[in-house]
Amino acid sequence: MSDPLATTVRRAVWADWWTRLSALTVLLMIGLALAADLLVSLEGQSLRPDTSVLGPTGLPAEGPSADHWFGVEPLTGIDLFALVVHGARTSLLIGLAATVVAVLLGLLIGASAGYLGGWWDRIVGWTTDVIFGFPYLIFLIALSAVTPPSVPKPLLLVIVLGFFGWPRIARVVRAQTLTLTQRKFVAAARVMGAGPWHVFRTELLPNLWAPVIVVSTLSIPSMIGLEAALSFLGVGIQPPTASWGRTISTAIDYVEVDPLYLIFPGAALFLVTLGFNVVGDSVRDAIDPRSAGRI
Amino acid sequence: MRLLRFAAVRLAGMLLVLLVVTLISYLVFFLLPADPARLACGRPCSPEGLANARLFMGVDVPWYQQFWNFLYGIVAGRTFGTGAAAITCAAPCLGYSFQDNVDVLTLIGERVEVSFSVAIGAAVLWLIIGVGLGVLSALKRGSAVDRITMAGAIAGVSMPAYLAGILGITVFAFWLDVVPKGGYTPIAENPLDWAWHLVLPWFVLAFLHAALYARLTRGQMLETLGEDYIRTARAKGLPEKKVIGKHALRNVLLPVITLLGIDLGSLLAGTVITERIFGMAGVGKLLVDATAQLNLPVLLGVTLFSAFLITFANFLVDLCYGALDPRARLL
Repeated sequence: MSDPLATTVRRAVWADWWTRLSALTVLLMIGLALAADLLVSLEGQSLRPDTSVLGPTGLPAEGPSADHWFGVEPLTGIDLFALVVHGARTSLLIGLAATVVAVLLGLLIGASAGYLGGWWDRIVGWTTDVIFGFPYLIFLIALSAVTPPSVPKPLLLVIVLGFFGWPRIARVVRAQTLTLTQRKFVAAARVMGAGPWHVFRTELLPNLWAPVIVVSTLSIPSMIGLEAALSFLGVGIQPPTASWGRTISTAIDYVEVDPLYLIFPGAALFLVTLGFNVVGDSVRDAIDPRSAGRI
Repeated sequence: MRLLRFAAVRLAGMLLVLLVVTLISYLVFFLLPADPARLACGRPCSPEGLANARLFMGVDVPWYQQFWNFLYGIVAGRTFGTGAAAITCAAPCLGYSFQDNVDVLTLIGERVEVSFSVAIGAAVLWLIIGVGLGVLSALKRGSAVDRITMAGAIAGVSMPAYLAGILGITVFAFWLDVVPKGGYTPIAENPLDWAWHLVLPWFVLAFLHAALYARLTRGQMLETLGEDYIRTARAKGLPEKKVIGKHALRNVLLPVITLLGIDLGSLLAGTVITERIFGMAGVGKLLVDATAQLNLPVLLGVTLFSAFLITFANFLVDLCYGALDPRARLL
């Protein structure tokens, strides 16, 4: 990453109190996810069910307390704070990993399509059309139903979400590569006999970071949202792995009697998505002022 | 004439995309993990029973032949089995659910009204609110309206539909008790009741999307108002209403339509979540139930149906583009 770009990004993130607050929220969530085990053991709890904290009807005997910072889950008595911080770990891991897959694919495919052109460019453009026509949410739901249980769900989600995510990134990268290819320094490298891989690494890549940073920051929250949506529908992350989407899905049945059960994971999901979106939005405005006002 | 040619080329492209989507979905659902005949055969499943089920369902032939039969069924209909037990599935046959003894398209047809009512009503609502607000905030660049729509757009994008839906139900259906808590009445039965049940889903979805459209409209409007042809229109003495409402808006609507095409396609395909929240039995419910029962023909049929809706929405967007912007007609 070139230095001026890093400065631009840093300035954009620290521009105003609203973006600063969002960036801090994201950092806080990352901290929670990293220190999940430590925090939960500090609290003195775990992800294990514990029916002794439940009342006779299966509802929590009491709300948040010194023992259970966020209260407990109805019916199972699992500590809600543990569920939320471990859910942060699941969400962020899947969001980041799927974005990395999508960015790597998008960068390689988009840059090669823009630089090489010809039949490869046409195939890429056409594949992009097909993927955009794919009802990926429906397809993901159906796919998780037919994949054998031996395939780990997080891995499946990362691969499939990454696969459906690359065309968006490839489109941006391709457009940028097309303009870069017209520039003198790329032509010079070419004339001096540099191969495509060399041109990609030393000439194109340094100039592609800016759009890639923007699309990846905005891709993380949508990946997190998709994972949560799938888990919400019961076809994403399976128990005992914690997931905000799944917790929200069960919490809906208790919203009248135990609203806190919905509020904690719901707020966490909303805040982390909002944080990433606000930061990504202001980074994009800083890098590409023409884009102001679009999401 | 040129518009007609443009439409024909786009239509061919759409059919090609659908063909590939069908091929991929078919391969994934029917060949990779599970044996549809074994799933339909039940337990205990004797070897003869399994062979019979295979023969009956037409999965005893190689995959390319199965795929061909499937495509042929979409165009001309197909028959499963022979003799008295034969089942005919009229064209366009998207498959046959052996678990419910009815063809997949009928299953979808019974439920599609719900999904369409939710999606189209919401889209109309957010389009009116969004574009209206956007034009307003572009013309009166008051920072209060401006900042609220900006913040609202990001919040709307970040809020999962199910969270917004649950909040809406809790506040408006449980606390205030002004709207129904869920369910659906067909429009033919009682149009008032139909709209009454849909008010909350419409407003929730509109709330999530409208601000984004307002933001897009505003940005595009500001850009357009700086163009030469707007200055010309003003210079030749056109009333401001006409300059904004006719000349500028036409240009502003282009990106809005693109976004609408994407959103409408994914909204129709993504009613799974809305339906789950508001307790409506639409196409999404059909899919979720099929997942639980591993009903492969239904899974495939719903996937293809949604792919059709998405590509069709994109096709309509292209047509609107062609109609609004003469440049787009040049291929």
